[in-house]
Amino acid sequence: MVMTESATERPETHTLRRLARPDPAARGRGGQRFLLLGLILAGAYSLFPVWWLIVAATKDRTGLYQTNGLWFSGMHLWDNLHQLVTYDHGIFLRWTANSFLYAGVGSLGGTLIALATGYGLARFDFPGRGVVFACVVGSFLIPIALLTLPLYLVFSSIGLVDTPWAMLIPCLINPFSVYLAKVYTEATVPFELLEAARLDGAGELRIFFSIVLRMMATGGATVFLLAFVNTWNAFFLPLTVLRGEENWTLNLGLYNWTGKRLESGIDLTSLVLTGALLSIVPLAIMMTAMRRYWRTGVTLGALK
Amino acid sequence: MIRSQRWKGAAFTLPFQLGFVFLYLIPIGYAVHQSLFREQRSGLGLGGATVTFAGLDNYRHGLTDPAFMSSVLRVVLFACVQIPVMLAISLLLALCLDALTARAAARFRMLLLIPYMIPGVVAAIVWINLYSPDVGPLTSLGGFFGSSWNFFAPSMVWPSIGNLLTWHGIGYNMVIIYAALQAVPRELFEAARLDGASETRIALSIKVPRVRGALVLTGMLSIIQMLQIFNEPALFRNVTPQTVSDSFTPIMIVYNQAFNAGNYHYAAALSVLLALVLGVASFLFYRLTSKETD
Repeated sequence: MVMTESATERPETHTLRRLARPDPAARGRGGQRFLLLGLILAGAYSLFPVWWLIVAATKDRTGLYQTNGLWFSGMHLWDNLHQLVTYDHGIFLRWTANSFLYAGVGSLGGTLIALATGYGLARFDFPGRGVVFACVVGSFLIPIALLTLPLYLVFSSIGLVDTPWAMLIPCLINPFSVYLAKVYTEATVPFELLEAARLDGAGELRIFFSIVLRMMATGGATVFLLAFVNTWNAFFLPLTVLRGEENWTLNLGLYNWTGKRLESGIDLTSLVLTGALLSIVPLAIMMTAMRRYWRTGVTLGALK
Repeated sequence: MIRSQRWKGAAFTLPFQLGFVFLYLIPIGYAVHQSLFREQRSGLGLGGATVTFAGLDNYRHGLTDPAFMSSVLRVVLFACVQIPVMLAISLLLALCLDALTARAAARFRMLLLIPYMIPGVVAAIVWINLYSPDVGPLTSLGGFFGSSWNFFAPSMVWPSIGNLLTWHGIGYNMVIIYAALQAVPRELFEAARLDGASETRIALSIKVPRVRGALVLTGMLSIIQMLQIFNEPALFRNVTPQTVSDSFTPIMIVYNQAFNAGNYHYAAALSVLLALVLGVASFLFYRLTSKETD
């Protein structure tokens, strides 16, 4: 258990060291100001579209079309929300539930499979291990179209197209998650501990479920978070395998709404913008709450 | 390691292996197989279609298809402009962050990562509306500068998409480069300072070469993503179908061939071709960038 703590605490010690690092006072004040100005401009560029979206979601239709987009005019957020959830018999809520179902359940299953695979690859030496790992890394280069089109054909021949399974099954196998899980296992699960557990007579399954999984809680959370975000953001796969709108994801629904104006003359801009804002909320909450995990995930996945 | 234990280890990877075969190997094999056939309809299209072996005809057709080749060229040219610009900005921002105190750097990093938290489709929706002459503030900003800006004009579509991708991507790339910068031993900078090197000089001669690996990696990830670009053009097409055609990018062509033209065999051949292009591009980029390090 000592090892677990040292592993989870690594990010903190890292920031501590960073804080303790002497302030580079050698540089001139002017230079520092120049840097700050650049960063503030970049921050404004990053932030203003989000700001505009928030403002736009509070406006009614006339306000949206006729007033300055960067400032409020009247508070119509509740009307917009009400319109959004009642439009077309509440189809937006259905899409939201679908997105949660695919991203939540799919990522949970995918994370468990990825942790087991990562553990197997990192801590056992079996024939074919190299091949499995080569498949994991090689699959990063496969274009989505090459997988998704034939997958559609395979799914349609066994009747899975246009069912939730068509989204859930592909989420279970995520090579990038496996890669991360392997890296995390190597960093957190020591051989000696496994040997000790084996000497005590624990079975391999028991070791995995009651020792390894617990030690990999941080890594597992990162893998889950990244997989959740990926599925929530998915577009090409749902566009291909989901036909009827009752199975769509939020992304697919919003995409469809943006096309309505040219297709049938119905202007849903106001609904699209409110819906777009709402669809960010779960991600923002989750990412902020799990900030520490996904930050390490982003950099670790990239650097190793 | 005891023999039985090895097999138990292999068993942990079994669910993944089965899934990989079902979701990766079989579909790829199926796509390659499909790409070697063609569907022929009898004279009036009444007698149903017969599938015949076509050999490499679909590939030959793809390589001489002006729509497909120009879509590949279009995306490659775009990548050559957008990716260096985006990575240069990310690098510059990472260098700026590195020069700040830790607390200030953490705040700015969070701020600059906000776009990355937004799904790609939503980011595209937001920017399309910002560009829109009806509801967006940017067109009237153009009027302020004395010319009217039309972000959906044929000459402006790629810059518009490029700005959207850059906005969405700089935070993520900056974080990766910044993490690499932090791994550089600080003593190097101190030594250079004692030798009288300016901060700019330190940044150019020590910091940038040290984050080369991170730049190669982010460059490679961006190239892989760019060659498969689909979401953004598809959303642009929703509002401006006259400028963004249905054969704007390679994946759009593949999608249309499969689902609108019903030509799975040709679509399969094109997606295999695209995979080859992707492999070659990644390999070349890797070779080019790693050779210079030696």
